[in-house]
Amino acid sequence: MEQSTLITIDNLVKRFPVGKGEFTALNGINLTINLGEFTGIVGPSGSGKTTLLNIIGSLDNATEGDAVVMGESTSNLSLKSAAKLRRKHLGFIFQTYNLLPVYTVFENVEFPLLLLNMSGSERKKAVMDALEWVGITDKVKSRPAQLSGGECQRVAIARAMVKKPVIVLADEPTANLDAANSHNILKMMVKLNQELKTTFIFATHDDKVIKYLKRKISLEDGKVVKDEFTKVKGE
Amino acid sequence: MIRFLFKGLLRDRNRSLLPILVVTAGVTLTVFLHCYVTGILGDMIEFSANYTSGHVKVMTRAYAENKNQLPNDLALIEVNDLESNLQEDYPTMDFVQRINFGGLLDTPDEFGETKKQGIVAGIAVDIISENSKELDRLNIRNSLKRGRLPEKSNEVLVSDEFATKLEVDLGGTVTLITSTMYGGMSIQNFIVSGTIEFGVQMMDRSGMIADISGIQNALDMDNACGELLGFLDMKNYDDIAALNVENTFNEKYTDPNDEFSPVMTRLKNDSIMAGYFDYVDSFVGIIVTIFIMAMSIVLWNTGLIGGLRRYGEIGVRLAIGEEKGHIYRSMIYEALLIGIVGSLLGTLAGLGFSFWLQEVGIDVGDMMKSSKMMMPGVFRANITAPAYYIGFIPGLFSVTLGTMLSGIGIYKRKTASLFKELET
Repeated sequence: MEQSTLITIDNLVKRFPVGKGEFTALNGINLTINLGEFTGIVGPSGSGKTTLLNIIGSLDNATEGDAVVMGESTSNLSLKSAAKLRRKHLGFIFQTYNLLPVYTVFENVEFPLLLLNMSGSERKKAVMDALEWVGITDKVKSRPAQLSGGECQRVAIARAMVKKPVIVLADEPTANLDAANSHNILKMMVKLNQELKTTFIFATHDDKVIKYLKRKISLEDGKVVKDEFTKVKGE
Repeated sequence: MIRFLFKGLLRDRNRSLLPILVVTAGVTLTVFLHCYVTGILGDMIEFSANYTSGHVKVMTRAYAENKNQLPNDLALIEVNDLESNLQEDYPTMDFVQRINFGGLLDTPDEFGETKKQGIVAGIAVDIISENSKELDRLNIRNSLKRGRLPEKSNEVLVSDEFATKLEVDLGGTVTLITSTMYGGMSIQNFIVSGTIEFGVQMMDRSGMIADISGIQNALDMDNACGELLGFLDMKNYDDIAALNVENTFNEKYTDPNDEFSPVMTRLKNDSIMAGYFDYVDSFVGIIVTIFIMAMSIVLWNTGLIGGLRRYGEIGVRLAIGEEKGHIYRSMIYEALLIGIVGSLLGTLAGLGFSFWLQEVGIDVGDMMKSSKMMMPGVFRANITAPAYYIGFIPGLFSVTLGTMLSGIGIYKRKTASLFKELET
């Protein structure tokens, strides 16, 4: 696996104002994440997982320190540049899928490509490829309301992957799925990680997800307490 | 991208159909109200023009200064020549002679002694000429209650109520006692050919309509009249056209050193009508302004509800990398589209209702019977040029303003909360 660095987190601190005081969500995080990793930020609720994911995803800024993503310092990014970084290089997968209900599966997956001004034929090919990766080509004309939870999450993954982002950020992606669907989804993500070299970063406390992680960064009270690389079954 | 958003707009009825219906209803109401108000106020102006002031009115300067007293001793003389000249100068206009007069109307018994007597307010117009438009202008035919129209200069119409009070029957004689143009006493007999009912108390109480030739004879006003009324060749009064006629006439005919030289005033310069015109102008503006404000609040609310409904969608779009400005602009484009479609439909519907009301009208004659004001008995809408575009002001303005206000929330939204917000 290539060892080129995608994300460098340097002494990152994030504080939120709470009443008259402050709550420290992240306290001196130092991390490096390389291209092609299948990494999870794990820990109990309130440990700072989602906050760290937000900063990596350029949705939030650090209070102190910095997170450099794809060479861009997220602390200094303007809103416009942050949007551009997300648009071009980052994919997001949410716990509740967040598909646009009035659009078909095809159109939902197509949406990120419209923001990249791709031509119609390029878009069509990319969308069909993405739907094929997640095995849902038979549902292109369906609306989200006509799909099961597992199918919705597949579409959400296709939407995140369609532009072939360098990094996919997934916050509790299996929280709304049953065990069988969770495993299927995770297997698919592992496959995409291996075939497309996409870096996956999860925020999770779900054991089903943790089993699949190649790297597990454990957070507690805003600090990294353990950072371990694991050998996944089958590798 | 635009096609993509348009598809979403069409499919989501809460985003398209509902706001379009709201805008359509609002614009329909605006257009209809505008036409209705313009029609009623315009009708009242026309009514006043037809009965008292014309679109323009020629009097002597002295008469004009005392016109409230109807001073026939200051009347226009050699008026037939003046009328011919005016008809040549302004060939599209119609000029008519009028004499307003007052006096006593007396009903004699079989011995020629007074049986009943009452104060009369009369108007002398051209009734018996073949081409006279005065019968239609004053709606005399439709106001005839009993008998027939005068056919000779010594025949008159008396209000039905007044005739009953005077105990005079059709074909009976009434004596007009008044003063001549030169201040002498005038006593003239007329035959009542019919009775009239205008539905306006002021005219029904003591009104009399006579042919102008008969009154000219009675008041010793041969080739003279109190007022020469001019009517523009258009359905509704046009102040710019009237002003042009007024200016050119006064420049040509008025002599500031001769108090008996003719002077022309236009309808808007009439002392009562001037305030009324300002009222008409501002009334339509007030209605539209109030409506714009009300619509803005309604559509702002619609926009806010729509924004809340689309909270998730907007969050996803922000997370995927769409810029806030882009989302905001796309919402405004949607609002403009909704505004245009709603305004078009609303304008068509409003014009449809207004056209119906313009052609059919609402007959309020029964309600106006006890009215002391001179008002038309049928209310009609009037479709004017502004009716074709006035609905677009609230239609476009309100919906766009509502969306702009509700869309500010997009800028206030913290992207850092997106994960949390999108997972609840």
